[in-house]
Amino acid sequence: MDTTLKAGTAGQDNVDHYTNILYQMQLIRRFEERSAELYTQSLIRGFLHLYVGEEAVAVGVMQALTGEDSILSTYREHGHALARGVDAGRIMAEMYGKQEGCSRGRGGSMHLFDASKKFYGGNAIVGGHLPMAVGMALAAKKQGKASVTCCFFGEGAAAEGEFHEAMNLAALWSVPLLLVCENNLYAMGTAIRFSHSETHLEKKGEGYGMATMVVDGMDVLKVEAAAKQAVDTIRQTGKPLLLVANTYRFRAHSMFDAELYREKTEVEEWKQKDPIPALYRYMKEQFGFSEAAFQGIESKVEEEIKAAIDFAEKGKWEPVEELTRFVHSETQTN
Amino acid sequence: MTYREALKQGIRQVLQHDQRAFLMGEDVGRYGGAFAVSKGLLAEFGAERIMDVPLSESGFMGAGIGAAIGGMRPIVEIMTVNFSLLAMDQIVNNAATLLHMSGGQVNVPVIVRMGSGIGRQLAAQHSHSWEPLYAHIPGLKVFSIGTHEDARNFLPAIFDHPDPVIIFEYTSMLNMEAELPTEPENVNTHLAAIRKTGKDISLVTYGTGVYKSLEAANTLLADGIDVEVIDLRVLRPIDYTTVFNSIRKTHRAVLVEDAWGSVNISSEISARIMENIFYELDAPVRRLGGVEVPIPYPKHLEDASVPQPADIINLVKNSMRHGGV
Repeated sequence: MDTTLKAGTAGQDNVDHYTNILYQMQLIRRFEERSAELYTQSLIRGFLHLYVGEEAVAVGVMQALTGEDSILSTYREHGHALARGVDAGRIMAEMYGKQEGCSRGRGGSMHLFDASKKFYGGNAIVGGHLPMAVGMALAAKKQGKASVTCCFFGEGAAAEGEFHEAMNLAALWSVPLLLVCENNLYAMGTAIRFSHSETHLEKKGEGYGMATMVVDGMDVLKVEAAAKQAVDTIRQTGKPLLLVANTYRFRAHSMFDAELYREKTEVEEWKQKDPIPALYRYMKEQFGFSEAAFQGIESKVEEEIKAAIDFAEKGKWEPVEELTRFVHSETQTN
Repeated sequence: MTYREALKQGIRQVLQHDQRAFLMGEDVGRYGGAFAVSKGLLAEFGAERIMDVPLSESGFMGAGIGAAIGGMRPIVEIMTVNFSLLAMDQIVNNAATLLHMSGGQVNVPVIVRMGSGIGRQLAAQHSHSWEPLYAHIPGLKVFSIGTHEDARNFLPAIFDHPDPVIIFEYTSMLNMEAELPTEPENVNTHLAAIRKTGKDISLVTYGTGVYKSLEAANTLLADGIDVEVIDLRVLRPIDYTTVFNSIRKTHRAVLVEDAWGSVNISSEISARIMENIFYELDAPVRRLGGVEVPIPYPKHLEDASVPQPADIINLVKNSMRHGGV
């Protein structure tokens, strides 16, 4: 498959689309930065894994999916949830642990769910959601639905047995599954060269007879184009596809991470590829997108995040009497 | 009818009843099931409904969970409970937790059937009884099939349950014959069953313990001891009402199971009896569990590693002597 993708053609018709993509990436960026501040104030607890630097992957891939498609994600999923359209206020409330949160405050940062958006977590066992994604795609196939299941995971998950079992099942059963490997080069603090015997992860797909693609995960337009091509292929063939997006997280693994495992110069080099200014520059060149217009996005984002934090602050703690709710369904027939 | 045939009839009924239902597991199709439980079902329902899967317990368990979330009604067979340890992450971290972690949004109506226990000289890695492990986990419903009636009727009765269900079946019982009514009856899926009423002592058990206890009870009756045999059936959540009511009547309790003696189902029931109805007891609660050893291969040692009717008889007699009547 063609892995050298060109950026989408710019044109006045595309201004709204690109503006929206830029807005979404900026929303994720600022949301994450504010989250880090709130974490240092102990308003958000637990683990907090930020997505800063990787925004182009979530936003680019999500452009290729419809409301009928299902999404499964990892513990670093705020960006996926926001890009999917899960309400920012409900995500923030979830991180606060309030009952207005998208998982009623029971999941926290690593377990964002919104069934109405077909967003099925937020799984904090590395690779644990991959077999589930195969099953969701299998269910769609059995029911004759046209929907695609999209599963995000990191390159760390590709070392887990779950990844290999899921790859085999997906290819064997020919299920409509888009596997998006976000290769940010570090599984927590272990570099890919210390954890994978084969660092060209797409080859792991080839080993299972699966179609694969590789894309520059720092270029949102390339990611969008690749994802559209991937999803089109999956819809036509009904078969799974592995899309490897090479990306980088600018911040630490989590808020507890002292980042002893990588050089600051390496981080700085990757920051030169920051997908947000890159798209902004492209839009400026292609159709004269203005500084003022960018400021407009920035203001909208700031307002939205302020509203999200207000919503979370005003949220309520679930009464302790409800502690054991949702262990079992409340509409049991047996 | 054999226990095996009874299980098969239950599976057939749910496949006929609901097009969303499908059976998936290692060798369930072309091979006919490792223990021949699903033999013939592939020809009857086709490969879409009777799905062979690769040897990847965690993978296909997770796929079953995903299919359940996606609107299907998968019945996942794990050949023996020992292999289910490979799928433990999916069962515990996903099936049992997603409803709660999602604040009630994501139901996982998956049914998992596992073959359990000793009986065929299969040695340690094919013979263990892991019921206590699963009974420990909030979010799961756990059932133990100790009779032919339940083998036939339990799966159809539990089929519409919205949450994950674990069903333990027993390989040593597959060839056992018993009479069953021609018309399947609805069974209660949350209560323990009193398999024999008695007035002198309550014998609480499940799984392979049921017939062994009934056999022991018959022998004891000849000796003038009238045992009440309770089949727990539901190992999570346990029906304590039936157990306590029985002990209020008999004032004595013996607990029997194949699983290892420490930290098992009986430990929990014993503790609950102490906490709730201690002053009803005329004698200490007695327990009979598996000997704490990986199950050995030779038949005489295998048999000696789990409670047998003679052991049950001895312990009941011992308990009856205690405290006088």
